Amino acid sequence: MNKKKYYPLFGLMAFIILFQLFSSFSGKEFLLIQLTMCAYYSMVIIALCTLMGYAGQISLGHAAFFAIGGYTTAVLTTLNLIPDKDNFFISLFNSLGFLSLRVNPYGIEILHFSPWIALVVAVVITYVISFIIGIPILKLKGHYLAMATLGFGTIIYRVLLGGKIFGEADGISDIPEFNIFNLLKINGDNADRIENYYAAWFIVVISMLLLINLIHSRVGRALRSLHGNEHAANSIGVNPARYKLFVFTLSAVMAAVGGVFMTHFSGSIGPGEAGVLKSVRYVAIVAVGGMANIWGALIMGIILNYLSLRGYLGSYDEAIFGVILVLIMLFTPDGIFKAGNFGSIKNFIFSKIFKKA
Amino acid sequence: MSYEQLLQYVFSGITNGSIYAITGIGFNIIYNTTGIINFAQGEFLMLGGMTSITFSRYFPLPIAVALAVIVTAIVGALIDFLVIRNLKKQSILFMIIVTIGLSILLQEAALHIWDEKVRSLPFFTGDEISSINIFGAYISPQVLWVVLICSIIVAVLTVFFKYTATGRSMRACSSNVIAARLCGINSKNMITLSFTLSAAIGALAGAVVSPITQTQYDCGTSLAIKGFAVAILGGLGNSIGAVAGGIVIGLLESLSISILPLAYKDAVSISILLLILFVKPSGLFGKKEISALKDF
Amino acid sequence: MNFKKFLTVSLSLMVSLFIGISCGDKGGNTIKIGALFSVTGPASFLGAPEQKTAQMLVEEINAKGGINNKKIELIVEDTAGDANKALSLANKLIKENKVLAIIGPSTSGETLKIKELCEKEKVILISCAAAESIVNPVAKYVFKTPQKDSQAAMRIFMTMKDMGIKNVGVVSSGDGFGKGGKEQLEKLAPNYGVTISISEVYDAKATDLTGVLNKLKGKNVEAVINWSIVPAQAIVAKNMRQMNMTALLFQSHGFGNIKYVKETGKAGEGIIFPAGRLLIADKLPDTNKQKALLIKYKTDYEAKFKEDVSTFGGHAYDAIIVIVEAIKKAQSTDKDKVRDAIEGLKDVVGTGGIFNFSAADHNGLDIDAFEMITVKDGKFVPYEKKK
Repeated sequence: MNKKKYYPLFGLMAFIILFQLFSSFSGKEFLLIQLTMCAYYSMVIIALCTLMGYAGQISLGHAAFFAIGGYTTAVLTTLNLIPDKDNFFISLFNSLGFLSLRVNPYGIEILHFSPWIALVVAVVITYVISFIIGIPILKLKGHYLAMATLGFGTIIYRVLLGGKIFGEADGISDIPEFNIFNLLKINGDNADRIENYYAAWFIVVISMLLLINLIHSRVGRALRSLHGNEHAANSIGVNPARYKLFVFTLSAVMAAVGGVFMTHFSGSIGPGEAGVLKSVRYVAIVAVGGMANIWGALIMGIILNYLSLRGYLGSYDEAIFGVILVLIMLFTPDGIFKAGNFGSIKNFIFSKIFKKA
Repeated sequence: MSYEQLLQYVFSGITNGSIYAITGIGFNIIYNTTGIINFAQGEFLMLGGMTSITFSRYFPLPIAVALAVIVTAIVGALIDFLVIRNLKKQSILFMIIVTIGLSILLQEAALHIWDEKVRSLPFFTGDEISSINIFGAYISPQVLWVVLICSIIVAVLTVFFKYTATGRSMRACSSNVIAARLCGINSKNMITLSFTLSAAIGALAGAVVSPITQTQYDCGTSLAIKGFAVAILGGLGNSIGAVAGGIVIGLLESLSISILPLAYKDAVSISILLLILFVKPSGLFGKKEISALKDF
Repeated sequence: MNFKKFLTVSLSLMVSLFIGISCGDKGGNTIKIGALFSVTGPASFLGAPEQKTAQMLVEEINAKGGINNKKIELIVEDTAGDANKALSLANKLIKENKVLAIIGPSTSGETLKIKELCEKEKVILISCAAAESIVNPVAKYVFKTPQKDSQAAMRIFMTMKDMGIKNVGVVSSGDGFGKGGKEQLEKLAPNYGVTISISEVYDAKATDLTGVLNKLKGKNVEAVINWSIVPAQAIVAKNMRQMNMTALLFQSHGFGNIKYVKETGKAGEGIIFPAGRLLIADKLPDTNKQKALLIKYKTDYEAKFKEDVSTFGGHAYDAIIVIVEAIKKAQSTDKDKVRDAIEGLKDVVGTGGIFNFSAADHNGLDIDAFEMITVKDGKFVPYEKKK
C-alpha cells in the first residue's frame, strides 16, 4: 500500500500544531479564531472539491447544505420545549437523554434537544434531501446542472429567509455550546479558544483522511474514469449514476457537518450562509486551488477565507478575489498548486535568493 | 378575485416576465456561438444602465442610451480579447468559473467607479406616475417599451442567425468549432463578435428596464439568475423560447403571489423550473436530439 | 506532492499568515475606537455614509485636540454585510486592537451576532442598526443610536388615528430592518384601533411590486405602510401610482434619504413618514435644540462628500457623540467607567434626537425624536395635521 498519499496530512497536522504554538508564544492567540472559522468553511470546500474535481459535477448550491446543517442544529437547540414538558414524546425524549436544560444569559430556562441529537438529525436530513434531489439533478449535465443546483440553493435560501421558525432575516442566535463528553466545548468563548481550534481542525483532518482514502479507492478510480468519459466508464461496468449520487450525498453531508459545528462555534446563523454568493465563492475557491486537487483547494480555502475574515483586503475583498480567480483561470487553469508551478516558483525564489547572496 | 384584479396580476406578470425575457435573450447569443453561458451577462445590463444614466446627464436620452450600448459593447469585446481568447482550457466548468470571476470583477469595478447608490433613467415616455388603463387594469408605458425592444431584438436576432452569412457562421462555431474552422470561418473573431453583440444587447436591456427596476452596482446578479433560468426554460439558444420562458415565469410568479406569501415567490417559480428540467432537460422549446448531441 | 514539499508549503503559508499583523501598542496616547460598517455588499447604502460620517467627525474632533488631550484612533473594518465576517472582525477589534468601544454594525443581523460577544468581553457596543431586540432585553454593554421601531410605528398609528384610517396593508423588506418593523406594527396596531388586513415581505432586490400591491388593493386597504430601508422602497411608491391606487402611502424612518425621494420622482408626493429632524433641519424653529447641530452636520457632510446627507450616516454621528461625551464625563478610558457614564448621559443632542440614557433604556430616545414628515414638491417638509 502506498503510504505517500498520507504525507501531506502530516504536513497539515504539523502546520496546525506549529501555528498554535507560534501564536501562543507570540501572544497572538486571537489569530486562532479566524483559523477556526476557516476550518469549518474548509469542510464545504474539500467536500465540493471532491464533487467537482473527482466526480466532475458542478454545484452552485453547496452553501445550502452548509446552511441546512447549521439551521437544523440551530432550530433544535434553541426550540424551548418547557411548555410541552409533560407531552408524552417530550418526556420520553427527556428520559432517553435526548434533551438538555440550560439557562440563557437573560435568565430564562430552556429545555432543548441536545446538540448530539441535532448533529444526527442534521446529517440525516441533509442525506435525505441530497439523496432525493440528487437523483434527478445528477441526470442533468453542463449548464442545466449548474442551473438546477443554483435553483436548489435559491429555494433553500428563500425558505430560510421566509420561514418564521428560521428567524427570517435575523436568523437564529443564542445557540448553546456543543459539549463533547465534558472534555471539549464547541463555542466562541475566549477561554476555550485553543481546544476549539484543535477540535475544528481535528474534524477537517478526519474528513481529509476519509476523502484521501476515497479518492485512492476503487470508488475513486471509478470516479476519475467518470470524469474522463462517462460512456466508457459505463461500458466497463461503472454505474455512473450510483457513484455520482454517492459522492453528491457524501459531500452534502460533509458540508452540513461543517455547518453544524460552525453554528455552535459562532453561536448564531443567518440566511446569508445559504446565499448564492456564498455558493459561488466556494466554487471559485475550489477552482483557484485546482479542481482535482483536494490539497490545493484546502490551502487556497484557508488563505482566502483567512484574509477575508481578518479584513486585510478591506473594501477590495471581493475585487481581489475576482482578479485572482480570472488570473488563475488564464495562466494556470489547474490551480495554483499544479505540479509544474511549484518547480518554477521554487526556481524563481531560489534564483532571487542566490543572486542576492 | 375580480376580473380587473386578475388582469392586473397578468400585467404584473408581463412586467416581470418581459424583464426576465430581455435579460435571458442576451445569454443566447454567446451560447449560440460558443456553447457557453456567460455568467457575467447580468453585469452587462448593470453597465448599460449605469453608463446610460451617467451619459443622460450630458446628452438627450436616445444618444445617451446609444453611447452606453457602444461603451458596453467595447467592454464585451475587451473581455473576449483579454480573457476568453487566452484561456487554455475551454470546458464548460472552466467557462462557468471564468465568467463568474468576470462578473465579480465588473461588479466591483462599478462599485468603485460609481458608488453604492441606486439610480435610474427617466421614463422613456411619461413619468413615474403615468400609466395606461387597459380594460380596468393599469400598466406602465415603460413596460410597453421593454416589450417593444424585446420583440425587436428577438426579430433581428432570429433573422440574423438564420439568414445572414455571419449569423450562420456563428452558429456553426457552436456546433463544431473544428468543422467550422475547416470551412474557413474565423472562429475567434466570431466569438469576439458574439461577446460584443451580447454586451450591446445587455446594455440596451439594462437601459430600458432601468426606470422600472432601478440600477445599482450589484443589480446584475439577481437579474442574471432569472435571465439564466428563463433561457434554460425556453431551451438554450432559442430566443423566442427565452421570451416565452420569461413570460411563463413572470405569470407563474405573479399568480403565485395571489395565493401564497410574496416571500416564497422565487421558491415557487424555481421549483417549477426544476420540475420542468427534470421531466424535459432540454427546456420547453429545446429539441431533445440537439441537446443530446451538444458536448457538455 | 511529497512530504518535504508540503512542509515547505505549510511553513511558508504560516509565515505569510503572520505577515501583516501590526505590532500594535503605540502607547496610551490615543483612544482606540473600532467601527464595523457594511461599506460594501448588500447593505452598502447604510455602511458607506456611516463610514464617511464617522471618519469626518473623528477628524474634526482630533483637529480640535481630541478628548481629554487624547486623540481618537478610529479603526474601520468593512463587514460586507456578512454576519460571520462581522463576528470575526469584532473579535479582531476586541482582542487585537483592544478597542474601548465598537461602533456599528450597520445591520441588525450582524449586531445580534456580536451582541453576546461584546457582553462577554465587556466591550461597549453602540450599534447603528434598528432592531428592537438589540437593546431589549438590555445587555449591559450594548447600546444603539437609531430610534426605536416601536416608536416609529406608534407615530404612524397616531397619525392614522387622527386621519380616521382603520384598514391598512403592510409591506416590508426581507431583511432585518423590515422584519423588526413588521413585528412592531403587528403588535401595536390593535392599540390604535387599526387592523392590518394583510402583511407581505418583499425581496430587497425586487424589481417590480405591482403583483403584491394588487393583492393589497384587493383587500381595499385605506393606507399602505411600507417598512424597509432598501432602494426597492422607491418602487413601491412608483408602482402604487402607476396602478392608480388611491390608498395613502406611509413609509418607515428608513425613507430618510433625499436620494429615495428623487428616485420616486412625482410618485413620492404625499408620502408620510416618521423621521429624525435631520431632513427638515432648515425648516425647524430656531428655538429647537437640535437645529444648530443638524445644520452643521448637513453642511459639513454635503460640502465634503458632494452627496446628500442621510439619516443613516446620522446614526454613526450620534454613536460617536455618545462615546465622546461618555469619555469626557468619565474622565477616563476605563471600559466600565465609560459604560457607566453612557448610562448616566442626559440631554445629549444628536442627529436622531435628544439622548437620555438610563440603566433600563440603552437607546435613550423617546417618541419625540420623531417628527412626521411628508414630501411636497420633491422636498421633505413637516407634516401638518389637516383640519
